[in-house]
Amino acid sequence: MHEQIRQVLSEHGRLAADVSAVADDDDLFMAGMTSHASISVMLALEDCFDLEFPDEMLTRSVFSSVSAIAAAIGSLQAASA
Amino acid sequence: MSGATDDAFLARIRQVASGAASANADSVDREARFPVEAIGALRDAGALSAFVPVELGGGGITIGALASACRELGKACAATAMIFAMHQIQVASIARHLGESAWFGEYLRRLSEQQRLIASATSEVGTGGDMTRSVAGIESIDATSSRFEKQATTVSYGLHADDLLTTVRRSSEAEPGDQVLVLTTSDQTQFEQTGGWDTLGMRGTCSPGFVVRATFANEQVLPAAFAVIATESMVPISHLLWSELWLGIATNAFDRGRAFMRARARSSGAAPEGAERLSVLMTELSLLRAEVDSALATFEHYDSTPGRPQLSTMAAVLRFNNLKVAASEKAAEIALGALGAIGILGYKNDSPYSVGRHVRDTLSAPLMVSNPRIHATNASLLMVAKEV
Repeated sequence: MHEQIRQVLSEHGRLAADVSAVADDDDLFMAGMTSHASISVMLALEDCFDLEFPDEMLTRSVFSSVSAIAAAIGSLQAASA
Repeated sequence: MSGATDDAFLARIRQVASGAASANADSVDREARFPVEAIGALRDAGALSAFVPVELGGGGITIGALASACRELGKACAATAMIFAMHQIQVASIARHLGESAWFGEYLRRLSEQQRLIASATSEVGTGGDMTRSVAGIESIDATSSRFEKQATTVSYGLHADDLLTTVRRSSEAEPGDQVLVLTTSDQTQFEQTGGWDTLGMRGTCSPGFVVRATFANEQVLPAAFAVIATESMVPISHLLWSELWLGIATNAFDRGRAFMRARARSSGAAPEGAERLSVLMTELSLLRAEVDSALATFEHYDSTPGRPQLSTMAAVLRFNNLKVAASEKAAEIALGALGAIGILGYKNDSPYSVGRHVRDTLSAPLMVSNPRIHATNASLLMVAKEV
């Protein structure tokens, strides 16, 4: 899952550095992701994992790191399984 | 945070509104001067620390009382109301996000004792009006002190404030969106004015551009990330308080229209020709009031949960953006509608029914954080938000 998330981030996150330089727990916003880019990331993640983030998950903290995104997707997948 | 505290505060605000603010509104507007009398009266009333928690020496009033105060002041003098609102937005941004910072706790005590006025420098040349990015960054001087230099496009009442709250990048290496807020006192801050402030309306806010240079101790950086402060406090509270004061201006324009029609009705003995335009305006005004009141209720509801998680949701961002766009457009429409109803006596600046100031002041509303920019943001949020 982390690799797919990283692929989405490299295509849509517009980070200042290459996504491989960002650790799983690094703050993506501090790495240069704008709030506008984060919307593109959310849309691409919904498409990639075939899910919909509910409104309460659409917050800055849920999309602030690779690990946080993976945890959110994991919890949605567990809930629908 | 009792109702009695709020009521006593609002009684003092009404006195300032009907006194110093009303009496000087025309000259503040005509001369584009800082409303020194009204802000002085607000200081004397202790209103500048009204939203500081009681334990830090402030008034401990609720956000609802603050909102009503902006509405009352907006009815009297738009510039005074805007300066008051902006100051309270800075106070709220500090008071709600100071965390464990001893420096900021002490600062709020000092603000309460001395009734210090805070201005802000959040706009910047080179960011295209996007407050969530900064060019200027903090440069370290030594282990305990730092400095910044920022080309701010507008700093409202900067030369009249005691302190300045500025957005900057966390360091000169940080990304544009990695921002913090720095509070500097006037003796730490230099202003080099880069333009004038001879505007259509909101003339008394005295908001030219400046190059701001400041040197400060490292504790003067608010610990929370600006992105969090903006989402949970600065943006929603700005939109709430601005909308309240725009509603105040529109309400006063409507009241002048009604006073004009009543004067004519007394001489003719019936509702005069054109009075139905007042009824149309009342419908518009009630829509504006409903939007403002419901947004305030939503904010109070979201804010009542510990950690305020709902304020960070897209639904909340959309809600308070919608308020800003709707209120700014509606207020200007109502002021223009009042002018249409009153006619030439509304157009004249020296008539008791003059609404020229109201029209000009409300025309600033769609421009400050421009509505097309907000619509662009909303459009992108709507692609992922589920319930709005």
